[in-house]
Amino acid sequence: MSERENILGRIREALKVNAPLPGWHGERSAEHLSAGDPAANARNLAARSGTASDWLPLVGASVAEQFELFAKNAADLKADFQLLASRDELKAALLKLRDAEKWRRVASHDGELSNFACKALGLPVLLTDRGYDVQEMEQCDAGITECDALIAQTGGVAVTSRSAGGRALSVLPPHHVVIARREQLVADLPAAFAFLQQKYTPDFPSMISFITGPSRTGDIERILVLGAHGPKKLTILCY
Amino acid sequence: MTVTLFIPCFVDALYPRAGISMVEILERLGHTVVCPEEIACCGQPPFNSGYHAEARAIATPVLEKLADAEAVVIGSGSCGAMVKNFYPELFKATRHAELAKQVAARTWEFSDFLVSKLGVTDLGAKFPHKVTFHDGCHGLRELGIHKQPRALLANVRELELVEMTEVSCCGFGGTFAAKFPMISTAMGEVKCASAAETGAEYIVSSDSSCLMHIQGLLSRQGKPTKTISLAEVLNHQ
Amino acid sequence: MSTFVSDFKTRATEKAGDLRHRQVIRTALRGYEIVRDKRKAAFQSWESARQAAAETKWEAVNHLDKHLEALTAKLEARGTKVHWASTGEQAREIIAQILRDKKARCIIKSKSMTSEEIHLNHALEKEGFTVVESDLGEFIVQLRHEPPYHLVFPSMHLTRGEIKDLFQKELGDAPSDAPEELTMVARRVMRQKYITADVGFTGANFAIAETGMISITENEGNARLTAALPKTMVTLIGIEKVLPRFADLALFLPMLATAGAGQPMTCYNTMYSGPRQPGECDGPEEWHVVLLDNRRTELLADAEQRDALHCIRCGACLNVCPIFRNVGGHTYGTTYSGPVGAVITPHLRGLQEWKHLSNASSLCGACTEACPVKIDLHHHLLQNRRNASASEPAFFERLAYQIFGIVANEPAFWSLAKKLGWLTQPLQKAVKGSALDPARAWTKTRDLPAQPRESFKDWWRNRK
Repeated sequence: MSERENILGRIREALKVNAPLPGWHGERSAEHLSAGDPAANARNLAARSGTASDWLPLVGASVAEQFELFAKNAADLKADFQLLASRDELKAALLKLRDAEKWRRVASHDGELSNFACKALGLPVLLTDRGYDVQEMEQCDAGITECDALIAQTGGVAVTSRSAGGRALSVLPPHHVVIARREQLVADLPAAFAFLQQKYTPDFPSMISFITGPSRTGDIERILVLGAHGPKKLTILCY
Repeated sequence: MTVTLFIPCFVDALYPRAGISMVEILERLGHTVVCPEEIACCGQPPFNSGYHAEARAIATPVLEKLADAEAVVIGSGSCGAMVKNFYPELFKATRHAELAKQVAARTWEFSDFLVSKLGVTDLGAKFPHKVTFHDGCHGLRELGIHKQPRALLANVRELELVEMTEVSCCGFGGTFAAKFPMISTAMGEVKCASAAETGAEYIVSSDSSCLMHIQGLLSRQGKPTKTISLAEVLNHQ
Repeated sequence: MSTFVSDFKTRATEKAGDLRHRQVIRTALRGYEIVRDKRKAAFQSWESARQAAAETKWEAVNHLDKHLEALTAKLEARGTKVHWASTGEQAREIIAQILRDKKARCIIKSKSMTSEEIHLNHALEKEGFTVVESDLGEFIVQLRHEPPYHLVFPSMHLTRGEIKDLFQKELGDAPSDAPEELTMVARRVMRQKYITADVGFTGANFAIAETGMISITENEGNARLTAALPKTMVTLIGIEKVLPRFADLALFLPMLATAGAGQPMTCYNTMYSGPRQPGECDGPEEWHVVLLDNRRTELLADAEQRDALHCIRCGACLNVCPIFRNVGGHTYGTTYSGPVGAVITPHLRGLQEWKHLSNASSLCGACTEACPVKIDLHHHLLQNRRNASASEPAFFERLAYQIFGIVANEPAFWSLAKKLGWLTQPLQKAVKGSALDPARAWTKTRDLPAQPRESFKDWWRNRK
């Protein structure tokens, strides 16, 4: 018998005895759960009062409130968020960044917004789409990507290997710049997951990443240091 | 109401003032207090060490004595948790299973009984000192008692309550204190340091067992902070 | 006494009295407590979220066979090779064989407690492979040749000065003891390792049955790079980590971050559903996922404690545990320390050898209160005590309780015992704390209360 069958066999044997329902001393009623049919349990869980959106941190209903929340959260995370009025402003913001950070070469990928950004910068660009040399990417000053969603609740962005130029582009260069459209803002995490699931089922990109602020560590005396292994800086330009 | 007062073994032997204060307070409120002499211990020490048969040997007569009580009041959060939460588990699938549930439902920790059952928060006490309150873990987390003692202390004249910044165990833990004395002592030292930070003269608690541990450390280290049971504070004029 | 318990007692006694250690841990955790409470308060209902998370984990674990089959089918459909390992030894061999097949030399590794559980690094190094831990904390403890101190904060027991000295000695590079500069040293060392490593190894936080994904949570970006650059990727995951639905992550990711580190979200939460897919520009050509049992099914078979498999390894129970805070992570001698370690280690490694971890608790319940998935931790410690005493009672301890029972149940004996206690007080005082003192375990560091002549019951009787 294969180990797969051995393990599944032990699991089935173990599950013949029902476990108490979750909560201390079973004092919490959880009548919607039973040890029987998993599909019924899933339906019952879905029908339970409230969803994750009702328990997670509050998000305002209007788009203006949500952008305000996004900006506040991004600032808490030490990410640089700029809400811009037009493509001209976007271009100006990029040029300002280029000069301030003294970029010489950037890495990016093919996309309507990322192409616009690269053209605006007027710098040599390493494009990842048809394969790239890792050492070269490591030498780039910034990785410029698009994204799938901005999440007001967390101040973070969701990217995938398909929307953001592969797996490495958003983590290898020392500065990650996300270019987004206003309509990409979603209220909360449940909305972001629902959006991604709807957008990609059944053919998911091999990587989906929720990026919430620049890379960080607290492993030395719990003191926050940015840029542990990933980007030290995260800029989100949204127009 | 006739209140059956269950005075735990160590309160009986070591802290009679706490028990006497409970009797006097309940009688002043107009209740009849009875104290079954045959009951000494709830059985928690063997239960917590995993010896359920030995725990049942102690708890069975307790349960039988309390069978007809209108209300059982226990002078300790820890022993209260034993009767309220752990008796039903200890007697599960025994002939006392139903009785254990019934008694558990009629059992109260002292401060919880005053506030939640009787609706009394002002006992007319006066205690002109700065105090801090230590929540015994069983009362706090098994029975969910937090507001009750504070509601009572709020009405004690000239008493100033300063809360500790850290909610932590005193390190007593029954036989744990003897089985792992150095861990227990370290936990007690952390607790004493938190209490000292408040500048309180007294550490007050519903649990005399916690106070025994805290006072034991304070005395040994020559610290001036004193300990006193909640019932004694509430009975102080 | 087994060596496990005597080692534990020796280390615990030493650490509990180590005031410097106490201060380091207290300082490290104080900041955590403040931000954790702030983040919890930001939830509209942390309690409802906990209950929902507990129920979701209950659903996952109580239909584990079905979820694992769904997960495997989805993973395999996109070209991932799934391996099943009943034991740590099997898992080590599966992983070593992948490395041999690939003629790999250097493995870059992101944080994985499951790999610590099966002592993977040791086994691979013995075969001549170079294993590099990329998480900063793990990198630091690897340089010190010691296991992680904490599930989530592996190097929290070290000060910046100690880390500076370590880097100076092992890497010859430590410009100062500033955390920023020390972190940059590790960053420089690691950058080339990602690029040159033959195999990237990762742990996992969740697996999603519905979509066939492995979800990895991290702050540093080291796991992202580990899963992006090497040609081969290997992921080791305990079978209990499965969640039913993709959408479940919307609740679990922020809860893990909040309970574990007081963050609203961990910096990178990444879901992998396969190796590099057609049309993608990077990522590993091969991905191997190793599903590990290693006696998890024994814990599963204990219905009473099955919820211990709900654990998401956030470390919240360690952070609030007064035992952990005073004895430290290394004292346990286990991969999983703190309350959850005390609960599960007897199942994973043997009850009689590891029951002392369940005894070394005041049962304060801070762990249960902190657990984001509502594992009944401190009651499980009680159940372990019960199971251990039932299968192998300690003769004298049981006898003592039997005698105590006889005394407590007979008022005349109880009265007599109190009298004797009162009468022998002066004797006890004379030998207090010495080797002759029967209460030495108590009196070595603590005074006993003075026993009054009149007990409560004496007073009650006289009054009537």
